[in-house]
Amino acid sequence: MSIFINDASKVIVQGMTGSEGTKHTRRMLASGTKVVGGVTPGKGGQVVDIDGHQLPVFNTVAEAMSATGANVSVVFVPPKFAKAAVIDAIDAAMPLVVVITEGIPVHDSASFYTYAQTKGTTQIIGPNCPGLISPGKSNVGIIPADITGSGPIGLVSKSGTLTYQMMYELRDIGFSTAVGIGGDPVIGTTHIDCLRAFQDDPETTAIVMIGEIGGDAEERAAAFIAEYVTKPVVGYVAGFTAPEGKTMGHAGAIVSGSSGTAQGKKDALEAAGVKVGQTPSETAQLMRGLLGR
Amino acid sequence: MDLFEYQARDIFEKHGVPVLAAAVATTADEAEKAAATIGGKVVVKAQVKVGGRGKAGGVKLAENPQDAREKAGAILGMDIKGHTVRTVMIAAAAPIESEYYLAILLDRSNRTFLVMASVSGGMDIEEVAHTAPEKLAKIPVSAVDGISLAKAKEIVAAAQFPADVADQVADVLLKLWEVFQSEDATLVEVNPLVKTKDGKVIALDGKVTLDDNADFRQPDHEALVDQAAENPLEAAAKEKGLNYVKLEGEVGIIGNGAGLVMSTLDVVAYAGEKHGGVRPANFLDIGGGASAQIMADGLSIILGDKDVKSVFVNVFGGITACDAVASGIVQALELLGSKATKPIVVRLDGNNVVEGRAILAKAAHPLVEQADTMDGAANRAAELAAK
Repeated sequence: MSIFINDASKVIVQGMTGSEGTKHTRRMLASGTKVVGGVTPGKGGQVVDIDGHQLPVFNTVAEAMSATGANVSVVFVPPKFAKAAVIDAIDAAMPLVVVITEGIPVHDSASFYTYAQTKGTTQIIGPNCPGLISPGKSNVGIIPADITGSGPIGLVSKSGTLTYQMMYELRDIGFSTAVGIGGDPVIGTTHIDCLRAFQDDPETTAIVMIGEIGGDAEERAAAFIAEYVTKPVVGYVAGFTAPEGKTMGHAGAIVSGSSGTAQGKKDALEAAGVKVGQTPSETAQLMRGLLGR
Repeated sequence: MDLFEYQARDIFEKHGVPVLAAAVATTADEAEKAAATIGGKVVVKAQVKVGGRGKAGGVKLAENPQDAREKAGAILGMDIKGHTVRTVMIAAAAPIESEYYLAILLDRSNRTFLVMASVSGGMDIEEVAHTAPEKLAKIPVSAVDGISLAKAKEIVAAAQFPADVADQVADVLLKLWEVFQSEDATLVEVNPLVKTKDGKVIALDGKVTLDDNADFRQPDHEALVDQAAENPLEAAAKEKGLNYVKLEGEVGIIGNGAGLVMSTLDVVAYAGEKHGGVRPANFLDIGGGASAQIMADGLSIILGDKDVKSVFVNVFGGITACDAVASGIVQALELLGSKATKPIVVRLDGNNVVEGRAILAKAAHPLVEQADTMDGAANRAAELAAK
């Protein structure tokens, strides 16, 4: 098992005909993901050859779904057009929409998140995220597929490269699913959503949770862990040295006054019984300790 | 981006939010002229992006233009919590009867927008929220539906605004929503919103935060950047499209991915505790697909920081594998030539790490040394910076 995606996931790529979309469609196909088509408004009817795969292009997500049976969409559309693309997917009741695009105005992401909540038929992951991977089964987004294989660890992280780093540190053990939820102020899937799914996934035996400064998602996750999660969790928080009021790369990574600090998040996680590492390597060691490996 | 009060005032005026006549001045002369134009009593207000300026003496009432000149002269150049006052706003003085609070903001926790309103305005609203939460109404606003007249009236009633100002406040709220939405703001705050003695509702002081991600559709926002306060290194980095934040420290940092770079800063700060307390000098994320040119641009910004004593390049090879990054570093050092003067510790890990390390080993640049782990590299970079 895995969470959110599995080896039966059929994926369409919104923005497949753009340079980023094409590049990552190729990578997803190479890692065994069932990519079944793409959506680019105005280019419907074309067929794109990507490494021998003949992929049909549709004008809308609804057309793509009815023609291919796709149940996951991954969005590589530039910020300017991202809102329209996500709304198109929600209108088609696409079950899972993974928004890789970085730099979407928060008014747009708040709007499509609210719209998805109202409709109640679409889960959004991201935006500004690397996507998710269940090694050997499906890879939706831009996470390098060759870091590690499948295994018992579930990982949820706001950061892409820290996800890769942690997968690499624990590559001999492997992962059930690694989810990059994104570094924007408004995201569709939270730490809590992933923790719940990992808790309920029989193949996940332990969880790594990576957070960073900004907002209170980690504090909320800590409260959720105390209440719901019985599997062992180790944590890591980035941004102890970040000054107040400065955005550190991710649009959501900002300490405002006394809220959103790394120390506050670490304290909350530890109070919930989560072992928190001081560095990524130390966090990996904590996980090894828990698994006895 | 946070705006100055006068910029917020101008944006309010553009969208029809009632404000007082005002002008900005950067010299005492200009302040005197502005006060003469406005006429009557004026308030001279320091323009700084930090709270508590009133207590610091940054807001003064002036009886006439000559007085405004003197008050502005005293306020300009003042230091308020580390912010130098370069500009004052001269605003008409209003006879105030009541002070209220009104704000629209992004509520990250609930992934929605939120209006906060109170009839106890004029003071620190966090204090009100803390000591008398019942006096602060918090009403969620859907990002899809926004604020309609009916919604505005609901908010005004929930916050218990007096009947004689209810319609005016509802109207202000509608216009503030227009500001919030059409300007891509994440915060629009009026504190205080006042009722004057003649019964008019006016936004007396405002705070606006704009979403930088929306710059592509907000061409006017570029002119609002406070260039005087921008760190020259940050400005140079921005020009090259680099994600750079200057910090107080000695170890220059380059990495790929915001999370990894934040983590790198922390690991360097821990390592620095063993080496005389050296700290990271900056945040610099060169992104996932770092070319030689981006690496060269990044290195040249960091080497241009006179505080930097050593550099730590921390890259996890993902989509751009380690061999490409290593070639980028080698080419970057060729491009920089004699401008590269400080020791550089490189840690490569991830895809094609063996090939990447071999490329750096073969190039054998005298300034570059490699480390196997992130913690080890941080320790070495801190040690070199402490020398």
